[in-house]
Amino acid sequence: MSTTETIQSACPECDAAITFDRPPLNGQVARCPDCGSELEVTCTNPVRLELAPEVEEDWGE
Amino acid sequence: MHIAPMHIAMTYTRLRAEERLLLDAFESAGVRVTPIDLRQAVFDPANAGEWAQYDAVVDRSVSLTASLTATRILEGLGIRCINPSAAIRVCSDKLDTTIALIRAGVPTPGVRVGLGAESAIESVEQIGYPAVLKPTVGSWGRLVARVNDRDAAEAIIEHRETLGSVQQGVFYVQEHIDKPGRDIRVFVVGGEAIAAIVRSSGHWVTNTARGATAEGLEVTTELRDLSERSVAAVGADVAAVDLLECPQRGLLVNEINHSMEFRNSIATTGIDIPGHVAAHAVCIAENVRTEQGAPA
Repeated sequence: MSTTETIQSACPECDAAITFDRPPLNGQVARCPDCGSELEVTCTNPVRLELAPEVEEDWGE
Repeated sequence: MHIAPMHIAMTYTRLRAEERLLLDAFESAGVRVTPIDLRQAVFDPANAGEWAQYDAVVDRSVSLTASLTATRILEGLGIRCINPSAAIRVCSDKLDTTIALIRAGVPTPGVRVGLGAESAIESVEQIGYPAVLKPTVGSWGRLVARVNDRDAAEAIIEHRETLGSVQQGVFYVQEHIDKPGRDIRVFVVGGEAIAAIVRSSGHWVTNTARGATAEGLEVTTELRDLSERSVAAVGADVAAVDLLECPQRGLLVNEINHSMEFRNSIATTGIDIPGHVAAHAVCIAENVRTEQGAPA
């Protein structure tokens, strides 16, 4: 069953509204459309966003 | 007797578009899938505990350390991981990849390895200029350097030796391939090359993480043969093979990626890459269940 309900949170850097078109999952990454910060969902109920960690040396494909 | 339905876990450390697409693909296939953030997990190498409920684990960690740690423990507990830890280890280390490709007779750029500053310089001299210095472990084109002359080689080697970690003391020097401003990536799932893209850039590093643009490409017989043999050589279930077009020697396999990114390659190739990955994971899980006595 699909839902059209959107979920909103705020960018921790610039306070812009961040909208998810479906419930986000823990660890999901998102980009703030206003300041461009890369964000990570750290709590899903309610949705809380923090600045995503910087790329580390062992990250990749 | 109650037979539990198939249940697959997908481990991750950050949930990007690829992981979300994979979760959707499993759900579309009617397969129960549970995403697990490895940063929250506590492992007991002697007891599978909650992990025992999964028929297979699809590793999608962006952190190599987390991938290798989790898959090694899970395999020790008898849980099938996709990809297996041995494949992750080989793919993640450029030297191991080179050795695997050479042993399999797959054409690959020439390499020399030095373990100190002097042997590193000698390695570069043997390869000739320009040469490419790469860390043996690393991705997205990080710290890859093209050296055009001895002065540049000495400067980079001295910097690595002084500022780098112990790992940076392994000097992996690769032949520079004068490719036509592009490289090729082939996606291989379950031993079959399912799609290919060509990545173009004005910069000599043709990595989309570094700004290269991608277009779909036909999987030719030669691309299929080389990429499938490469992935078999490293023992991966799912991987992306990067190839370079050498004007003199033809196609050369450069790298194999065990945790491939594909979000921008679905529309460009018209291939449902996450659907193929999910279907192959289900196939593996069915085999595991059959071996363990559960009906497929």
